[in-house]
Amino acid sequence: MTESMAEATEGAVKTCDGVLRERGQQSVFCGLTGVVWLHRKIQDAFFLIVGSRTCAHLMQSAAGVMIFAEPRFGTAVLEERDLAGMADAHQEIDRMVGRLLERRPDIRMLFLVGSCPSEVIKIDLDRAAHRLNARHGATTRVVAYSGSGLDTAFTQGEDTCLAALVPHLPAAPADEGRSLLVVGCLPDVVEDQFARLFRDMGVGPVRFLPARGARDLPAVGPNTLVLAAQPFVGDTVRLLERKGATRLAAPFPFGAEGTTLWLKAAADAFGVDPQRFEAVTGPGQARARQALGRVRESLDGKRVFFFPDSQLEIPLARFLSRELGMIPVEVGTPYLNRQLVEPDLALLPEGALISEGQDVDRQMDRCLAAKPDLTVCGLGLANPLEAQGLTTKWSIELVFSPVHGYDQAGDLAGLFARPLARRALLKV
Amino acid sequence: MQLTVWTYEGPPHMGAIRVATAMEGVHCVLHAPVGDTYADLLFTMIERRAGRPAVTYSSFQARDMGGDSGGLFKRTVAEAYERFRPQVILVAPTCTGELLQDDPGGLARAVGLPIPVIPLSLPSYQRKENWGAAETFYALVRGLAGRGQPGPRPPRPEGQAPSCNILGPVSLGFRHRDDLVEVRRLLDLLGVTVNVVAPLGASPADLTRLGAADFNVVLYPEVADTAARWLERTFSQPSVRVMPIGVGATRDFVAEVARVAGIDPVPALDESTLRLPWYSRSVDSTYLTGKRVFLFGDASHVIAAARVAQDEMGFNVVGMGTYSREFGREFRQAAEQYGVEPLITDDYLEVEARLADLRPDLVLGTQMERHVAKRLGLPCAVISAPVHVQDFPARFAPQMGLEGANVLFDTWVHPLMMGLEEHLLTMFREDFEFHAEAAPSHLGSAAPRSLEPADAVVSIQADPAATLVAAPAAGDASPSSSTSPSTPGVTWEPEAEAELRKIPFFVRGKARRNTERFAADRGLARITVETLYDAKAHFGS
Ligand code: SF4
Repeated sequence: MTESMAEATEGAVKTCDGVLRERGQQSVFCGLTGVVWLHRKIQDAFFLIVGSRTCAHLMQSAAGVMIFAEPRFGTAVLEERDLAGMADAHQEIDRMVGRLLERRPDIRMLFLVGSCPSEVIKIDLDRAAHRLNARHGATTRVVAYSGSGLDTAFTQGEDTCLAALVPHLPAAPADEGRSLLVVGCLPDVVEDQFARLFRDMGVGPVRFLPARGARDLPAVGPNTLVLAAQPFVGDTVRLLERKGATRLAAPFPFGAEGTTLWLKAAADAFGVDPQRFEAVTGPGQARARQALGRVRESLDGKRVFFFPDSQLEIPLARFLSRELGMIPVEVGTPYLNRQLVEPDLALLPEGALISEGQDVDRQMDRCLAAKPDLTVCGLGLANPLEAQGLTTKWSIELVFSPVHGYDQAGDLAGLFARPLARRALLKV
Repeated sequence: MQLTVWTYEGPPHMGAIRVATAMEGVHCVLHAPVGDTYADLLFTMIERRAGRPAVTYSSFQARDMGGDSGGLFKRTVAEAYERFRPQVILVAPTCTGELLQDDPGGLARAVGLPIPVIPLSLPSYQRKENWGAAETFYALVRGLAGRGQPGPRPPRPEGQAPSCNILGPVSLGFRHRDDLVEVRRLLDLLGVTVNVVAPLGASPADLTRLGAADFNVVLYPEVADTAARWLERTFSQPSVRVMPIGVGATRDFVAEVARVAGIDPVPALDESTLRLPWYSRSVDSTYLTGKRVFLFGDASHVIAAARVAQDEMGFNVVGMGTYSREFGREFRQAAEQYGVEPLITDDYLEVEARLADLRPDLVLGTQMERHVAKRLGLPCAVISAPVHVQDFPARFAPQMGLEGANVLFDTWVHPLMMGLEEHLLTMFREDFEFHAEAAPSHLGSAAPRSLEPADAVVSIQADPAATLVAAPAAGDASPSSSTSPSTPGVTWEPEAEAELRKIPFFVRGKARRNTERFAADRGLARITVETLYDAKAHFGS
């Protein structure tokens, strides 16, 4: 064995908190991928990635993106002359942005998205954003953030994006009382459901980050209560806290129980009367329970293994175990954001291995040895695991489908039940 | 910097992974940041591979960069060797790795593995995927094939069958799997033995035997050309460069193999299963005559398809283009034969503009042209990579050889109106069943659809497998609505509008645009029935 081979065994550490921390090949997208849903949510924003051909190729491959007439994202691909210093990167960016905004006067917010190459060659996109704001700020706000694989994995790209918006948020009126800020991209339909529930409880004003339009940035201040809708918005929440906002702790709104506890955190903070809370949430809870009841039988007692992907893994494992009777074997997460997922972690059953980071080869070994009934993993691993006889669920679907809240609880459960049902159905 | 929304080719290291994954016993280790692992899903999802691609990534992060990213790469190489036990390791940086200047080749050698380690030089900021595949294959061949004898090859011993290597098929290639079966069949009929097929299915040991063959068949020049040229020089092996796509090219291929091998071509000329020539002559195909076709794709597929389109289908080639800049010279020559201006670009928007301008009757392109053609309401068939999950059909569907020619006939005719149907539609154009949105009847009950609204910029499908590599999944072969927004400043008289509606819908869009252009060019503000027919006379259709 060579010296390097000896070093090679250092990949995994089981720390005192019982979490397995691994360091090796990570089969997880980088944060650029967040652009895929962020640009759909913020409907007058353009995302300009400053990166390489690899970044552009990722964007078209990762999410199955179809291009229609005028897409609202693109990659400024660095070329040899940019690296050789023959072209000044900042001039190039200015030129490109100028042309872009001329063609797209409807764009109100322009994100300059950093990548690994732009970071390594130290193109200061914050500086570029500052400069471009001076020029275009009257009509288009320019904001820079990083989606690079050097600092972000998959959904963390949304966190860096939202965090970059925090300094731009207006201050809440000084005389305003308590307000609620829900943080993390939700499909519009889910956002509207939550907004109705809060309204009916008398919780408000309620604002959402990100908002659907660049001009509707939510106000924030010392009376703002922050409720994370996604487990991956840790940095954003921290910055909001620095602006004086207060974080509410709750499990994430997956399933009947998760949604109720999440809503309750806000209701309690606003002093909503428990009877009123019951009256408002009761019908949703009942619908969710009914929908889950139809699926429960097919999932009850089944063992589930999560490869790390979106950071949704811990809240989802909690949902699957408490509301559907599944048994989590390993719950992998690319990054364990303890502060936000603590309430979910506390509800996980004993015996589930929590792993953070990844050494994909070793994790495959563990997975194959554990022979779970259902494996939740990325697209690169699903077919190879199926070929080994395992049943898999693509994790990316959990990010791209409406899964939060009461009225999506049944759909969410269905996503896990379908692969098992299909396997049972096929006679080939 | 170049603004890119969609690209025909990925970065050069994609080419390296495609070569390594096609082979046995070869593993690629890339010095790459975490997110570059996305490449895996192209193999597992598009090609439905049951195994992971033959690649390991060092997955470095920000915290490694100030520290020991080189050490991380060495550990990655060592672990990949321990786990996969390849016979050869390829090492390369991806675009970010290249900027670190860690020298993956030197680091990998320092690990002291008992197998060959071949460093690849893949300039990510200059080159692209096909170039990367060609370079990787060349590096493997040069590294493993040994040295030839100087001077001409000794004559083949009496009684020994001639032998060849088949070079070029790789992972994620457009119909490579099936083409190979067809080409092997042809060679078999000729009595030529196949010494090595590479990269697909070859082991490093196979590459060491490349020099033993009498000649090389360069099936896909985009991948194999560089290596084949080296083999020509090193082993005095001639190359057969005819791509057997279509009837004529298949016959030429057989003749060329026979000539190079010094054998009789007759046994491979049994064309009893070949249907294209008769189908193309049969009267129903009369309607194919002169259909205006535009082709786009990799250089070699487009050049081959243009010949089939003109000589074997009776189409009229009105434009052709490629994203393979490496083959620009050959491509320009080919375009000259058809008297068209070659479009050499990797910007799909330029291709789209050309399509919108030419309004061909049929587009033969990549998945991207299929998508663009759908929006423009033009029929399209796919002839080239980049690949989509639909390009790996469950059935046997080669492009090459005699069966390949049959497949081409079916695939290219399918999106078009059938002959008699076209006439019936003209006769009964006012019939309610033949309303403007009717699709060719054989394309199923495609629901009437209008064009996607211009502001629907990108649609994400919740089902990524169906849309991998930028293409829609279903029901998209039908020509879309023929109405299009009118040219500003030009209005239609109601009578002219009514007359326009009597024109069959599948040419109505073109008639409308031509008439509007005609009117605009002449400064006419109103289009009358007269204008409509004047324009028709002017454009000759
Ligand atoms: S990991 Fe880095 S180089 Fe790779 S696609 Fe993501 S940002 Fe681009």
